[in-house]
Amino acid sequence: MYLSQFLVLSAVLFCIGVYGALARRNAVLVLMSIELILNSVNINLIAFGAYNGAAIPAEVFALFIIAVAAAEVGVGLALVLTIYRNSKNIDVGEVDLLKG
Amino acid sequence: MHSLIAVEAGGSAVQATGWFLENVWVIPAIMAVSFLIILGFGKRMPRGGSEIGIAAVGVCFLLSLLTAGQWVSEVNNADNCTPETCEYIKSDNAYGGDHADDDHSDDHGDEEEASGFPLDSNGTAGDGEFAAGFSAFVEDDGSSKGASPVAVVSERTWWSNGGIDFTVGTMVDGLTVTLLVVVTLVSMLVHVYSTDYVAGDRRYTHFFAFLSLFTAAMLFFVTSANVLQMIVGWELVGVCSFSLIGHWWEDQDNSDAALKAFLTNRVGDMGLLIGMIILFFASGEKWGIIDINQGAIDGSTSHTLLLIAALCLLAAVMSKSGQFFLHTWLPDAMAGPTPVSALIHAATMVVAGVYLIARLYGVFFHGLSIGGSSINALAIVGAITTLVGASLAFVQDDIKKVLAYSTISQLGYMTLALGVGAWTAAVFHLTTHAFFKACLFLGAGSVSHAVHSFDMKKDMGGMRKFMPTTYKTFLIGSIALAGLPPLAGFWSKDEILAGTGGWGFFEGESHANGAYTVMLVMGMVTAAMTAAYMTRVMYLTFFGEFRGGHHDDHADDHEHAHADDHHDDHHDDHHDDHAHHGEPHESGPRILWPLRILAFLAVVAGFMNLPKNFLGLPSNITLRFEHFVEPKNATGYFPLISHADPSWSLAIFSTLVVASAVGVAYWYYFVKVNSQSPSATEMVNGPTERNGLLKAGHTMLKNRYYLDHIYDGGEPVGAAGATAMGAIFGAAAGLTLGFSLDNGLNQAFVPSLIWGSVLGITVFTIVASALRTGIGIATFVKRPLAYAANWVHENVIDATVDEVGERSVQGANALYKYVDQGVIDGSVNAAGRGSQGAGGELSRWSTGKVQQYATVMFAGATLLAGLLIIVI
Amino acid sequence: MIALSTVLGAVVAQNVFFYLIAAVMVIAALRVVTVSNMVHAALYLVVVLAGVAAQFVLLGAEFVGVTQVLVYIGAVIVLFLFGIMLTRAKVGAEDNLTHDNIWPAVMTAILLALVMVYAVFDYAKAPWSDNAREIDVLGNSPTTVEQVSDSIFSTYIVAFEAVSVLLLAALIGAIVVARKE
Repeated sequence: MYLSQFLVLSAVLFCIGVYGALARRNAVLVLMSIELILNSVNINLIAFGAYNGAAIPAEVFALFIIAVAAAEVGVGLALVLTIYRNSKNIDVGEVDLLKG
Repeated sequence: MHSLIAVEAGGSAVQATGWFLENVWVIPAIMAVSFLIILGFGKRMPRGGSEIGIAAVGVCFLLSLLTAGQWVSEVNNADNCTPETCEYIKSDNAYGGDHADDDHSDDHGDEEEASGFPLDSNGTAGDGEFAAGFSAFVEDDGSSKGASPVAVVSERTWWSNGGIDFTVGTMVDGLTVTLLVVVTLVSMLVHVYSTDYVAGDRRYTHFFAFLSLFTAAMLFFVTSANVLQMIVGWELVGVCSFSLIGHWWEDQDNSDAALKAFLTNRVGDMGLLIGMIILFFASGEKWGIIDINQGAIDGSTSHTLLLIAALCLLAAVMSKSGQFFLHTWLPDAMAGPTPVSALIHAATMVVAGVYLIARLYGVFFHGLSIGGSSINALAIVGAITTLVGASLAFVQDDIKKVLAYSTISQLGYMTLALGVGAWTAAVFHLTTHAFFKACLFLGAGSVSHAVHSFDMKKDMGGMRKFMPTTYKTFLIGSIALAGLPPLAGFWSKDEILAGTGGWGFFEGESHANGAYTVMLVMGMVTAAMTAAYMTRVMYLTFFGEFRGGHHDDHADDHEHAHADDHHDDHHDDHHDDHAHHGEPHESGPRILWPLRILAFLAVVAGFMNLPKNFLGLPSNITLRFEHFVEPKNATGYFPLISHADPSWSLAIFSTLVVASAVGVAYWYYFVKVNSQSPSATEMVNGPTERNGLLKAGHTMLKNRYYLDHIYDGGEPVGAAGATAMGAIFGAAAGLTLGFSLDNGLNQAFVPSLIWGSVLGITVFTIVASALRTGIGIATFVKRPLAYAANWVHENVIDATVDEVGERSVQGANALYKYVDQGVIDGSVNAAGRGSQGAGGELSRWSTGKVQQYATVMFAGATLLAGLLIIVI
Repeated sequence: MIALSTVLGAVVAQNVFFYLIAAVMVIAALRVVTVSNMVHAALYLVVVLAGVAAQFVLLGAEFVGVTQVLVYIGAVIVLFLFGIMLTRAKVGAEDNLTHDNIWPAVMTAILLALVMVYAVFDYAKAPWSDNAREIDVLGNSPTTVEQVSDSIFSTYIVAFEAVSVLLLAALIGAIVVARKE
């Protein structure tokens, strides 16, 4: 198995996640795309860890990423709920209160 | 045969030193700087730049005197040298015996010591003094003198290529110093004279600028240390001559004359270049004058090459110094202002050729076998020139033309002297001639200043009453020219006549040389003719009744048919100077004082070179000129020439000849012509009209031997005239060649006359065609050239100075308009507008849409990443 | 001999599985960002996450793989589904889940992909090139839970504690943000 396989896979997933984050209207879907990004990063990390022979730090790092990602999703969805309650609409294209 | 003095090997030459001698380059430099200053600032000065010129040339004259003084003291020091006190320059170059036509095998014992004249080509700054090898100097009377100083050479290398070093430097010895003094003195007097003569001229500043340039060029030429510099100086004085002759170039005749002078000189310059190049290669690729001379003297240069080079250089001398048949430009050059004629065509430029021969005398002496037993081309050319010049002076109506032909004749004397081996006599005559000829020319200018014309027959006569000082100085000059004792001309001319050695033919002395007797005869005849035509001039100008005064309007004075009658064009600017035209009056002090000074010199200059044992005078008074000027001991670069014994009988005889000539002319003019009427100019029904042969001769003289016809191609020339010219030249060539075949007068005369004539006609045809073609072609470019030169002066040089002033004003205006109003105010305004605009633009970007922000952010990050990864 | 073929075989098997799973993952990820049904998107995300876990196992990180399944698929996806439910997503297909103008996003994504792939191939050399870097998993034996936990609780103890605090904060924060007034 080559290192580049994993890295390319990771890159592809990352880009798909970026696309999704930029192109999707629904906030939840945006959060899903961000999950994709985070997971691609995890693959990258573990792959490098396995290549370098320093797998353990890589795995530990990956675990922490998972934990943080989970926390982030929780908070993010709470936010989405609040926005929904206020404006009955979670279309990110219409949340433009920062417009100047 | 000149008896040569056997010398021993050994050295009694010492190196001369001195600040002025080593730094003589300052003198031409001052004049060059003066030229530039006058050109740039002259028009703004109160006296039009003449004050700069006079100041510069005055300083140069002083420096020249100091340089001369230093040289004299060096000579005196060397005289008192003994082997203990002085450091001799040694050489094993033994020079002795007859050096006729066979090569002299050189016997350099020690190569290093006899290194002779390898000129120090210093890469580093500093003067390069050279060492020279010489033999002992032995006086003519057998006593041994101290030592003799050797020329001071200081030079530096400016380019080096392929083993050949090109140096630039100066060489100072007695000859240089003589010319320095003469040139600066005459130039200074001419400068002062010109402030009056060309006052009010439309190109006053330009005139003085070119006077300065000419003086600089001549001084540069005179102080040259190598032949390249001589070529540069030669050409430069030719250019200045062209410019100054054509000073009033609006008149067609003047520009024609200038071009004729330049082209004729050009023909000779071909010879100069070829000759110099031959010398360069023949002397082992050396440019230095001393090297070349040394090569010629010690025999390392092949004799054939020396002969060819000498003949080529002779061609150059013929054109520059107005020898026959390239003399035709000199009379026409009288179209220029009189001060120019006095300076250039009497005293200085025309003697450039004589100086060239004197400098490279080793080449000529050995190349043409002057010390030999037969005549040579140089002597022949000189002798013919004297006769031709004197004969033509008889039939001129224009006073300046007479003086021009007289100059030609006297230059012929100098060349003749050099050709017979009388080096010091030639140089001495050069000096005295400069003084009295300049005096005569300036006197003629003074007269013309009064009557506004140069035509003796029409406008002059009886000037003695109106211009007494001019008359007196002119009289002194004429007597000096004629050669009556004790004026200067007598001493120098007599020395030349004695130097021919021909007197021994009649007296049977040991200095006899049959071939040179011809020269003596020709010289004597010329002396008589000189006296006669000067008497004629005196009569026509100063005696009799005044014939002028009826030319108020000068418009009808101009006759353009022939260059014979030539009027000074500058009177247009002068009319307001004279209250009435009827009565001429004496000129102002600025004209008279130079005349007086020159007349004084014409009287006393002759005493510089009193003959040996003259009237029992001690030897430190006699022969002073020769002592200081002739490089006696420098047999490294000066050939060992012999000096003819002075002869009382010759002196008395020549004086009688001259006096009788004066008497004949006096009788003809003062008695017979005057008896017709006081205002008559020639005898009605005189001998030239009665006698057919005389008439033919007169016509030929009037047509100036048809040379101008042949050269200019203007009028159809009669076959008779052309054939006559060719025949004469051919005969002369035949004589020369015949005599130089060591056989004397009686053998091989007729056959050499035939093939000599053929050769002569061929050469003459070639030269004439070249000149004719050149002048014909140049006719188209003459005026444009002159116009162009004037245009440059007006529009380029003057315009530049004016432009600077105008531009400054414009610049200030522009500065205010564009910088102050435009840039500074504008930028302040723009700053305000910019902020507004930027704000407007940027507000379009903050939409409030998060994803848009994210897109931009990601895109930017991608680009940066790409930049980082791919590029760096 | 037998060991060699076993090794080779193992290597070949890993590669085959990798490509299979990778293909599935990519397709699923594409579906996540393109389907019009939110629940379907969430389910496709499950597939992706499962694929990631499988890759972890392939790389010898078994514990992380299991944790991935537990946490992501078990908890995060459930959270997403709850979020979908609470924001009254329509049942079935919806039309306006994607912006009309997708080109900026597409271009950005493609550009990013190119840059990253270039960087990868520059460092790790493409699989078909001579000096491609290899992961030698069999050589490095798969890490055990024991090793990971030892590492967490000794070397990275501070980070662990920090993450704990983070989770606590997130918990409190989510509650505070989402509670009804």
